[in-house]
Amino acid sequence: MTTTTSAVPYRRPGLRALRLFGQGPLFTVSVAVLAALVLVALLAPVLAPYDPEALDLSASLAGTTGDHLLGTDQSGRDILSRLIHGARTGLLGPLLVVAVSTLLGTLLGVVAAWRGGWADTVLSRSMDLVFAIPGLLLAILLVSVVGSGLTAPVIAMSVAYTPYVGRLVRGIARQEKARPYIEAYRVQGWSGWTVCVRHLLPNIAPTVFAQSAMNFGYALMDLAALSFLGFGVQPPAADWGAMINEGQAAVLQGAMLPALAPSACIVLAVVAFGIVGEGLADRIAKRER
Amino acid sequence: MTRYLVGRFLGLAAVLFVTSLVVFGSVHLAPGDPVSFLLHGRPATPEAVAALRAEHHLDDPLATQYLKWLGGVLSGDFGRSAQYHQDVSALIGSRLTGTALLVGYAAVLVAVLGVTAGVLAALRPGLLDRMVLVGTGVATATPSFVTAIALVSLFSVQLGWFPGPGGGTAEDLSGRLHQLTLPAVALALSFAGLLARVTRSAMLDELGRDHVEVARARGVAGPAVVRRHVLRNALGPVVTVGGTMLAGLLISTSIVETAFDVPGLGSLLVQSVTAKDFAVVQAITLLSVAAFVLVNLVVDLLAPLIDPRLSLGEGSS
Repeated sequence: MTTTTSAVPYRRPGLRALRLFGQGPLFTVSVAVLAALVLVALLAPVLAPYDPEALDLSASLAGTTGDHLLGTDQSGRDILSRLIHGARTGLLGPLLVVAVSTLLGTLLGVVAAWRGGWADTVLSRSMDLVFAIPGLLLAILLVSVVGSGLTAPVIAMSVAYTPYVGRLVRGIARQEKARPYIEAYRVQGWSGWTVCVRHLLPNIAPTVFAQSAMNFGYALMDLAALSFLGFGVQPPAADWGAMINEGQAAVLQGAMLPALAPSACIVLAVVAFGIVGEGLADRIAKRER
Repeated sequence: MTRYLVGRFLGLAAVLFVTSLVVFGSVHLAPGDPVSFLLHGRPATPEAVAALRAEHHLDDPLATQYLKWLGGVLSGDFGRSAQYHQDVSALIGSRLTGTALLVGYAAVLVAVLGVTAGVLAALRPGLLDRMVLVGTGVATATPSFVTAIALVSLFSVQLGWFPGPGGGTAEDLSGRLHQLTLPAVALALSFAGLLARVTRSAMLDELGRDHVEVARARGVAGPAVVRRHVLRNALGPVVTVGGTMLAGLLISTSIVETAFDVPGLGSLLVQSVTAKDFAVVQAITLLSVAAFVLVNLVVDLLAPLIDPRLSLGEGSS
């Protein structure tokens, strides 16, 4: 339970349960799933059999047929095409969140560890502060000010995820800084900046990367939740969370696929990111030992 | 010890102060004039605009505005809801029971399901253990709104055991609890999965300890060893993690309440964002953060009472 200061990435209570599956063949399967997801998102216009926003009210809630492999939703839109296009916003949002929070967190963490003293105190306390405020509430507040869409949730989640990376980086950067090789470079007259960028960062990068893979899964889940609440990408654009929201009414009429198909996509993506992140973190922890 | 306590309370004060600044400042963050943001396209007479300016003290300097707003908040005055034409504090009071019942119900489920599954998995290695591991793995990776959809389609549409979303509110408590069963399960499941994992590993840690071996060798009966020597010692991390989950439940409840149309604070928050009813959004955000931080603090302070081996300030980074 007290692994917060070790070189192992900070694990938010949640996907930690996937840790057990991080070693075996499931790791490879998960990497393949993620690669497939990225390909699907990139090639969406080519792969999707229909226009994801094309209405066909005569084909409302058509079941699985040869024409529509996963059936249609209430407005007669092809569910498979919407899932394929939904992978784009589904991955783009978390990608932005992870990119911003990783950059910002690494910067803050390294500066805090390298400078020490009051800079460390100020940065660490600020990160603790942001850490204490739930990201979901921050996002809801921001949406209420600037309106729904991808922007407000992504900004709020980036802010909320920065301390996860920042605390981790601060911890491992402090350990690295204490190692003799850093001192050796300093004695040779390299500037602090050069030593950080050329030598310290490459050494902590794998651990940060493992944390980012895990954060990707969490961010995907959080952004999908916001989308489900109606605060993300607005209909008719295809988005997994929004599709579940729209599919709720169909569920009450006995049609499961409009809501269950995007649900399955979200769970699959989250599980795959969790397994890959946990697997990487364990590999790094083993190598360190 | 005193230093630790003072530090924690200062931290709490800092979080609340910054949150209040963010919540207050967000009106001014909005593009355009605060009045047009607060009205949000609703038609208003010049008198109404003047009333709004007076209510939000918009003609005062920013610092004075903040202090007046904060003074109101501290005395329970969160302004008026534009959507319901009612005082926000009264509105929140009327929705509080829904959320309290749901979160309480879910917390009981988390504790019962999580601890039972964890204890069983630790005591019965093999098939049962594997099943619990896979089940909890899936449960933690499934967002609550996905669980909600699955539960509705199975238990209210197919089997008809529980009412689906939007069936009105039952009068008596037992009817209310029956209605809240599916929402509570949807809210509890991923948290229960994690608590089961924590319970399992804490139990396994204790089972391998010397004192358990000694108790067994002394001839203490098996169930008594588990109860008095294993479970009791494993309770520390279980209670700490379980306590912080209560804070998590308070936040996730808005998603589940929306999915099931439960009249509570969370669904009110979501509706108010959609309806641009900003006073309500401000009030619920502020109260939720306060509740979240307070619960976490209380858990950290109570943990050493449950497990005296933990001392205050240890492991709370």
